Amino acid sequence: MTKMSAWKKPDSMSLVFILLGALILLFIFAPPLKTIFSSSPGTLWNTLLEEDVYSSIILTLFAALIATLIGLFLGVPLAYLLARRQFRGKRFVEAIIDVPIVIPHSAAGVALLFVFGSNFLCGKFFHSIGIGFFGAFAGVVIAMMFVSVPFLIDSAKEGFKAVDVRLEKVARTLGASVWKSFFRISLPLAWRSIFSGSVLMWARGLSEFGAIVIIAYSASFFGWNTKVLPILVADRFDFGLDYTRPVAALAILISLIAFIVLRSIAYRGEKA
Amino acid sequence: MIAIKNLKVNLGDFLLQDISLDIKQGEYFIILGPTGAGKTVLLEAIAGLYPVLEGEVWIDGNEITDLSPEKRGIGIVYQDQALFPHLPVEENIAFGLKMRKRPKDEIKSKTDAIAEVMGILHLLKRSPATLSGGEKQKVALARALVAEPKVLLLDEPLSALDPETRERMQGELREMHRKVMVTIIHVTHDFEEAITLGHRVAVLNDGCIAQIGTPEEFLRQPSSEFVARFALSRNIFSGRVVLIEDGCALIDVGGTKLRATTETKGEVRLSIRPEDILISRELLQSTARNCFQGVISDIADRGSIIYITVTLPPDFICIITRQAFDELELRNGGKVWITFKASVIRVF
Repeated sequence: MTKMSAWKKPDSMSLVFILLGALILLFIFAPPLKTIFSSSPGTLWNTLLEEDVYSSIILTLFAALIATLIGLFLGVPLAYLLARRQFRGKRFVEAIIDVPIVIPHSAAGVALLFVFGSNFLCGKFFHSIGIGFFGAFAGVVIAMMFVSVPFLIDSAKEGFKAVDVRLEKVARTLGASVWKSFFRISLPLAWRSIFSGSVLMWARGLSEFGAIVIIAYSASFFGWNTKVLPILVADRFDFGLDYTRPVAALAILISLIAFIVLRSIAYRGEKA
Repeated sequence: MIAIKNLKVNLGDFLLQDISLDIKQGEYFIILGPTGAGKTVLLEAIAGLYPVLEGEVWIDGNEITDLSPEKRGIGIVYQDQALFPHLPVEENIAFGLKMRKRPKDEIKSKTDAIAEVMGILHLLKRSPATLSGGEKQKVALARALVAEPKVLLLDEPLSALDPETRERMQGELREMHRKVMVTIIHVTHDFEEAITLGHRVAVLNDGCIAQIGTPEEFLRQPSSEFVARFALSRNIFSGRVVLIEDGCALIDVGGTKLRATTETKGEVRLSIRPEDILISRELLQSTARNCFQGVISDIADRGSIIYITVTLPPDFICIITRQAFDELELRNGGKVWITFKASVIRVF
C-alpha cells in the first residue's frame, strides 16, 4: 500500500521562503490584532454607544457605499470599453485611471477643491443644484471616490477581458442587441471581478484620511456634525493613546468584518 | 440563397478580397483554407460581426451588408462552442428564442424539439462545464438551430474534438443537415472533412478564393499546385514537356518520361493523386500509358491504408489497402511496378 499524501520534507529554499513569508504576515496582522485585543469588549461597546463614534461609523460606511455605487455606474462602462476596444491613447487613459493611486492623498484633496470648490466650474454647477462639497457629506464621497475608484475600474477591466468575446458575438447572432448582450452575457460573467473590485474600492474608501481631511474635515450628516472614522481616530490621538485605542479597535474590527464578509461573497464557489 | 459579392475585409496583416460566393438554399458549403487564412473573419464578416471594407452580402434576395448581426438571421457555431458558461444547457438553447421574446410555451416546446433532434434531451438541466466536447458541440448546434437561422455558419466545429468523436460528429452533422435542411457554410482546414461533408468547396489562399467546385472536381481537377497540395495530391513534381503528339505530352520528370493529356508546353508543375497509381509485383497488361519499375523506399503504415513510396526517380507515393499490402508481400527495397493513366496527371 502506498500513502496517498505522504509528508514531503520541504527543501531549504521553501523553508527560507516560509520563514520570510511568516514574518511579513506577522507584520501585517499583528498590529490590528493587538489593537483589537487591547480593549475589553465592554470598553468597545461603551465606545460604540458614544454619539460621535456611531455617527462617524455610519457616515464612513455610508459615504464609502455611495462612492462605490457612483464608481460602479461611471467606472464599469469605462472598464468595458478598455477591455473590448482598441483606440489611440488607450494606454494614456489607463494611466490616468491609476493617477489617484500615486499622488499624495492630501494633495488630491486640494486638487478636488480646485474643481469642486464653490468658486470653481464643477463646484458652481453643483452649488446651483444645492450640492456643496466643502465640509459636506458630498465632499467625503468625492474624496473617497477619487482615491479608490482605480481599484474598481482595473478589476472590472480584467473581469471583462476574461470574458470570451465570442460569447458576445454568439449572443448577437441569436438576436441580442448590444445592450442585451452586455447585460445578459458580459456583465454576469464579469460580475465576480466587478464585485471584488467594488469591495476593494469600498474598503479603500473606508480608510481614506488625507483627501477627506482637506475637503471635509467634518460633515453634516443626518443632523450630526461628524467626521469619518480615520479622522476621528487621529483627533482622539491628540488626547492620548488610551483615548484613541477603542475607536481604532472598532474601526479595524468593523472594516475587517465587512471586508471578510464581502470577499467571501465575491469568491463564493471559487477554489483557492 | 446567400450571395457574397466582391467582399473585402481587412485582417490587419493582409486583406481578404474579391470574395464572391453563390450558395444555394439548403446547400452544405465548405470554405477550406490553411490556418491563418482568414476563414473565421470571413464568417464573422458574413454574420455582421466583423466590418467589411467593400462588397455586399445578400440573403434570399435582400441585401444585409449593413444590418446588425441580430437582424440577419444567421447563426454561428464556433470551434470551442462558446456556450454561455453561466447558463444551463436548456437556457443556452432557449437564449435566441428569449431574445426574440417568443411565448414561454413556444420556447419550451421548441427547445425540447431541437434537443430531441440533436439527442441531448437528457442534458437540458446540466451546466456546460460538465459536458464532453461532442455534447457541447451538439448543444451549440441546437442553440443556433432553434433560432431557425436562414444560414448556419460553422467555424471549424470539429477540430477541437478527438478523432473518434470527430468522425461520429461528421455523421451527425450530415444527419442534422438532412433533417433540418438549413444552408450551412462550414470552414475547416481539413480536406477530408471538407469532401466528406460538403456539396461544394471553396479553397481560400492568400486572401482570395483559389477554386470553387465539388469535392470530385477538387480531387480530379485542382486548379493550382496550392489546391492540389491542399487536396492531398502527394505527388507534385516539376517537369519539362519534351514532346506533344495527338494531345498527349511527354514530360521529363527527373529522367522519367511521363505521358499526360495536356497541351501545355515548356516547364510545368504536375500532380498525381496517390490513389490513382496502381502498384504490382509484375508488369500489368493495361491500357494505361505510364508503367514504370521502381524500388520501394518507404512504407508508412496508417492502419487500414498504407502509403508506399516507390523511387524511380522521382519518388511516387501510392496508397494501398492493408489487404492488398499483405497479398503483395511488399517490403522495403523490393522491386515493384507502378501504373497510371495519362489522364490522371494534372498539369499546371
